[in-house]
Amino acid sequence: MPLDRKTGSELPGKLIVVEGIDGSGKSTQVHLLKRWLELEGHKVYFSEWNSAPIIRPAIRRGKKKLLLSPLTFSLIHAIDFSDRYERQILPLLQAGYIVLCDRYIYTAFARDATRGCDPQWVRKLYGFAVVPDITFFFNVPLEVAIGRILKGRPKLKYHEAGMDLNLSTDPVESFKIFQKMIHEKYLAMATEFNFQVIDALQEIENQQIKVRQVVSETINLDAFKSKTRRSENVG
Amino acid sequence: MSGKKFFGEGIPGIDPSGLKGVFIVVEGADCSGRTTQVDLLRSHLERQGHAVADVGLRRSVLVSKELEVAKNAREISPRTLSLFYATDFADQLENKIIPALQAGYIVIADRYFYTLMARDVVRGADEEWLRSVYGIALAPDVVFFLKTNPQVLVERTFAKYGTFTYWESGMDLHISRQWYPCFIGYQRRLNAQFALIGKRHNFIFINGNRSVAAVSRELCRRVDEFMAQIHK
Repeated sequence: MPLDRKTGSELPGKLIVVEGIDGSGKSTQVHLLKRWLELEGHKVYFSEWNSAPIIRPAIRRGKKKLLLSPLTFSLIHAIDFSDRYERQILPLLQAGYIVLCDRYIYTAFARDATRGCDPQWVRKLYGFAVVPDITFFFNVPLEVAIGRILKGRPKLKYHEAGMDLNLSTDPVESFKIFQKMIHEKYLAMATEFNFQVIDALQEIENQQIKVRQVVSETINLDAFKSKTRRSENVG
Repeated sequence: MSGKKFFGEGIPGIDPSGLKGVFIVVEGADCSGRTTQVDLLRSHLERQGHAVADVGLRRSVLVSKELEVAKNAREISPRTLSLFYATDFADQLENKIIPALQAGYIVIADRYFYTLMARDVVRGADEEWLRSVYGIALAPDVVFFLKTNPQVLVERTFAKYGTFTYWESGMDLHISRQWYPCFIGYQRRLNAQFALIGKRHNFIFINGNRSVAAVSRELCRRVDEFMAQIHK
């Protein structure tokens, strides 16, 4: 069923989204993109998944005390998204900003469906969100992403490892299976949602060159120059 | 009572047709006497030897605390608040209503998602979106609505609180700069919305303007009739 989703085209701003499994390097890339746009003097706003203060304590408590089901896991993250979307993402798109999102609705589509929520229900739940102008998908072989995460972390968190899905009693094993399922969901969405696939095995610098190139080609960046000149404030 | 179903996609991993108990919903405005009636109905059913569980809104372990804060935060968006209520609703559905029905209880819900829909729709919410979100809801076996005139609600509100309350007067709708016209206007809109929802969902409307005893007699009688019908 195709969704009657608003495209963002009638909004003055532009929405750029990064997606990918844990350890794909997307947060590094979106940070570099943000720095570049800021330093070039553009109006930029950055928003991150699971960061709204209004719901954060409940999410943390829900995870810690294992109060979350697949359904409430989905809904509680929709609260986080809605709060950021309604108060920052959408207003700033209306105000003509370039808005960058580290994870967007596709994260929910992939994770919630993997946890057993009805995929169409999840899509309708997020039906109010505009389609991004660019969605970068950082594609990395599963073993590489898993290796990066396991190397940097002494212990995997319960939900991060997908332990709530009863895939395995071993957190590392569970994490591997869970990430594989999510990775497959992303790949299945790549064509449908027109993901710009970035080879995340490349050097950080080369990936960033590609990202900036796509952004420059898709968006007329000159239209997003900030009117409050930073240099005057900095002196 | 078997043969239960969800309105839409339902809850992952739950087959509603296997739920045994009876699911009764009582709806009505604040101060319609709803909670009093739920208590009396509960006693009535327990007297008959039924195991009864009651649930309401904003009582979830998961988010009720944050919801209380969000409800009164000026910075919260209406859609976010809708999702707060939906999360609270889902948590209670999964952890209270479904397990009680599995165990063969009669579950009495003191308000259900109909209230959440009505309150949002009179505030201009996207009804289709709300309906799709509540595709998770279990369809009740029977819904009673205590239909009460706004003027009667004024009397009961003052008897209970000694003043109008912000939300039940719909002050956020800015119908008027004065409380009384706000309250009446808001309650009328809610009643009109409930009339539409009630038609769609086969509510049984009960005149809530009468005394506690008179309303209770009718409600208990109708529940008895319903129970007799399903146990035939």
